[in-house]
This record gives sequence, C-alpha cells and structure tokens, in this order.
Amino acid sequence: MKKFENLGTLNINANLYKTRLSSKYINRQPYKSANPRLVLSFIPGTILDIPVEPGQIVRKGEILMILDAMKMQNQIKCMMDGIVKNVLVKKGDRVSKGIVLLEME
Amino acid sequence: MEFNKKIEELHERRQKLLLGGGEQAIEKQKALGKRTARERIMSLLDEDSFNEYDMFVEHDARDFDMDKKTLPSDGVVIGTGTVYGAPVAIFAQDFTVAGGSLGLMHSRKITKIIDHALKMRMPLIGINDSGGARIQEGVNSLAGYGEIFFRNTLSSGVIPQISVILGPCAGGAVYSPALTDFVFVVDNISKMFITGPEVIKTVLGEEISMEELGGARIHSEISGNAHFFAESEDECFEQIKRLITFIPWSNERKARPFDPGEPKEEYDIEKIVPEDPTLPYDVRDVIRAVVDNSDFFEIMEHYARNIVIGFGRINGQTIGFVANQPLEMAGVLDVDSSDKAARFIRYCDAFNIPIITFVDLPGYMPGADQEYAGVIRHGAKVLYAYSEATVPKITVILRKAYGGGYIAMGSRHLRADFVFAWPTAEIAVMGPEGAANIIFRKEIMLSDDPDETRKKKVEEYKEKFANPYVAASRGYIDAVIEPGETRKFLLHSITVSENKSIQMPEKKHGVPPF
Repeated sequence: MKKFENLGTLNINANLYKTRLSSKYINRQPYKSANPRLVLSFIPGTILDIPVEPGQIVRKGEILMILDAMKMQNQIKCMMDGIVKNVLVKKGDRVSKGIVLLEME
Repeated sequence: MEFNKKIEELHERRQKLLLGGGEQAIEKQKALGKRTARERIMSLLDEDSFNEYDMFVEHDARDFDMDKKTLPSDGVVIGTGTVYGAPVAIFAQDFTVAGGSLGLMHSRKITKIIDHALKMRMPLIGINDSGGARIQEGVNSLAGYGEIFFRNTLSSGVIPQISVILGPCAGGAVYSPALTDFVFVVDNISKMFITGPEVIKTVLGEEISMEELGGARIHSEISGNAHFFAESEDECFEQIKRLITFIPWSNERKARPFDPGEPKEEYDIEKIVPEDPTLPYDVRDVIRAVVDNSDFFEIMEHYARNIVIGFGRINGQTIGFVANQPLEMAGVLDVDSSDKAARFIRYCDAFNIPIITFVDLPGYMPGADQEYAGVIRHGAKVLYAYSEATVPKITVILRKAYGGGYIAMGSRHLRADFVFAWPTAEIAVMGPEGAANIIFRKEIMLSDDPDETRKKKVEEYKEKFANPYVAASRGYIDAVIEPGETRKFLLHSITVSENKSIQMPEKKHGVPPF
C-alpha cells in the first residue's frame, strides 16, 4: 500500500476517516444562529440615509436605513417592534456585506 | 499578364491581413507570453491542415469614427482543419486587432463556423482572447454574443465543443465557454470573470487582482469553470489533442477505437485498497490498474477532488470513469463533487461513451454550509444523470457504499447494467458506528459499560451487514468478484453491452435539478 501525507480526520456519521481535508472544508464558517437584535447589511453599498436615532421607538416595517447598492436605494426595514439601541454607521459610510449597522433592544 | 497581376494582388491582400493588428501589436502579444491567433491554430491542428475562411470580412460600423477604421479579418480567425486526422471547426480571436473585441461581423464569423461544425457533425474549438464587447458597435455587439450562445446551446450534445481561454474573457463573453463541454485554461494567461476588478472596487470597495479573481488556478480549483489547467500554451494544446483522441466527432458516432493494451504491472490492483474502510488510497490507481496501458486522462483534476472523473480505454474503447476518491475528504458526495460528476455522466451519455463507476464513499457531507449551498438539489443531479443515461453503465463497489451514496453512485436501482462488488464491499444503510448507535441505542444507554457494549454492537453489525452478500442475496449485485478479476469482468461487460438498446418514455426533455 502507498503511504500518503497531509492526512487529517473526517467524521462522517460517527465513523472517523483518515483523509486529506480540502481548503474549503478547513476554511468553512461554523454555523452561528442569527441574533434578531442586530440589523446587518445584506449587500455591500453606501449608507444614504438613517431616519432613526438611538433611543427612538420603532415599529416592525419602519425604515431604519437606506443602503445604496447596485444602483438601487434599498430600504432596510425594522423586523420587530422595539427601541433603537445603537446606530453603528453614519451617512456616507461604505459598508461590506454582513456588517452590523444597527442594534435594537 | 492580367492573370498574374490578379494573383499578385491576392497575395498582397492576404499578406496584409495575415499580420492582424500589425507588428507592434504582435510584439505586445508576445511580450505577454501569448501567441497570435493564427499561430495558435497552427500549433493545435495537424500540419498544413488549416483552411481559413472569411479572411476578408470587414465591419460596417459607422459611429464613433469606426467608418475610418479597418480591422483586419474583424479580429477573429475561423476555419476548419484536422487534429490527428479528426475534422474540427475552429475560431481564434485575434487580440492584436482592437483587443479581439467582438463586433457584429466578428460574431457572424464565429456563428458561421459553429453552424458549419453542427452541420458537418464535427467538434468545435473556440480560442478566446478578447477584451469583450466592441463598445462602438453598441447593441449589435450584444446581439452577436446572443447568437453565439444560442448556437452553443443548439450544438450541445450533438458535437463536442471545446473552449480555450488564452487571454481575457470577461463579461458576457464568458458564457460561450460556460455553455461548452470542456474549458481549457493556462496559468497567468487565462482570465475569466463576469465583472472585473475595477467594477468590484467601485461597487464593493474590495481590491482584488485579475489573477486572484479569475485566473486559471481559480477556475481550476475553486469555481469549477475550467476542466483542464496547463502551465503553458504548448501544454494546453497537447491536452486538447489528447482529449480529441478520446471523444467521438459527434453524437452519431463512437470514439475512434485504439489498439488494446494491458495495464502496467506497477498498478497491482490487489495491493491498492486497504481493507480498513477508514484508510485512504488513491482511486486513480485502481482506474490505472484496469485501463489499457494504465493511461487515464483525468478531467477537473484540481476541483472537488473527492470525486474523480476522466477517460480511459478498455480493449481500445473509450470509457468514462466516475470514482469516489477516499484520499480526499473521504470521498464524500457534496455540492461540488455532485455537480462535477453529474455533468460528466451527461457528457458521456450524450456522446455514446460507456460509464464505469468505482464506489467507495461514506455518504453525503454533513453540515449547515452544505445544506445551505443546496446539497439536496446538487446531489439530485447525480441521481438524475445516472438514471437518465442509456449508455452501458457498469458499477464496481470497492469498499463502502453507505446510504444515499450507495443509491446515487450508479446503483442497480438507477438501472446500472452490471453491478459488481469486491469481497471488501460494505453495502449498508449507513456506516457500522452510526447504525449501531441508532439500532442499539437503548441497550447501549442502559448497559453498565456503554462503551464496551457499543463496541460489541458495532462489531455485531459489521459482522452481519458490512459485506456485499446481503445486497447480492437480493440481486442488487450481479457478482462478487476478486479485485484481480475486475478488468476481465469490465472487458466482458463492455463487450456484451455493445448493442444495448433502451426505450425511454417520450418527452421533449426532462427537467433536471440544474
């Protein structure tokens, strides 16, 4: 039998296999459940407007931010009734995808 | 004499056009390590076999001072020729002429040669080296792309279509290669992307080089857009020629037979696969141990390496091989490997190439990332492709064939013609550890020594089910064979399925889980 190098262990249904691990597997992002209090950018773009401020009471469906991306002014709406705790970006900021824009409580 | 003068004029006209964009532009092309369009065609085709057409074609664009510009052959060279005697239609974009940009007449030349290839039932080779749409020609240029994509689609499954990326190929231009069967890329020369680094910087604020975004390595290892990676244009042309020897001219033919040859002795099939199903080996060695001259031509070598696909010959006849690779990610089926295998199976089926499958997999890859990426619909492609294929399908189960993976990998239930298993095969609903944990959960939990009980139960399960005989007793396996008998059985199966004929239900086309 040949000898192989760079072997790791992969667990598939409780069986442990000696095998090479792909870089995609090694670099994969472990799953984290979403925090409903955090409002994230769903697309990279520029913050055009923030019609709310910290401490403000907002209702579900209210516009929290306008994110300009891909030639569209995207409305970021509130997913729950609550209070704006913190606004982490300001007008004109360029944000990448998945950045926390605003915190609710 | 008048006649001689006319010949002279022809020579002059040709000479001028053969220079393409002129000496300066050619020098620039060479400095990038690239050949000119015509040189590329000559390197690829058999000597003196190229007939060029449409050399004198000119554009008739008027806007933006285009009426004052002549573009020799409108930036693309087309014609027909042969590769090892096989007829091919070919086009090569000429980067020295307006950056190989695609205008209406340029596209008409390409569609003309695709139409030829389709009509004459011969392979099409497209060499892409173009800055993209000729902006001055506006929507006409877009129309040109559309006409090409349409013909690529029409020709799909009728004639083999090969794309060679030897320069930039960006924006809409990438979709012609994407629609073809095989894409060849060369390190540092090929660049493919939908949106380039500049747009990405403006829109997303991210800095990335062309090479990191869409270089040859990226498409060979990460995106899976390319099938063959080469270090140089020369190596690339050798790969293309080799591919042509394995495939038929069209779906109405079979690949040309070669003289049969025995596998090399260094590939001893008895000594490749460890008995312990958790230990790795290189499944390509098993393929080399059964194919003529141990000559295996791997496709997509660097992408989704947990499955191996490629061509080899048995008794001189081209065979498509699909094999789980225990050496990489234990050979699991996942999103990428399913995609890779399914498309290859459909290629083989379209072009009358029998499929041999070697099975050794622990199942599908678990994880939220896989589920989110759609391992259900991508995995379904494998089931679809095997079920739909009507070429001879022969499957050999080497070791593990667990759960859904067993069904997917060319099982009897998807109408494999012959299914063989080695005595080391374990055909079961899941691996022994997992199965014992479920079936004997209570017993293990209530035991004084759960670990010991679990071990015992796993052994019990292995004893009873981790073998090929349960499946063989149901007729799901046709024969349990010794590893050393594999080539003999494969050769026989291929021979007797020569006249395989199947009636599929009549339909316009299926709706595969694309």
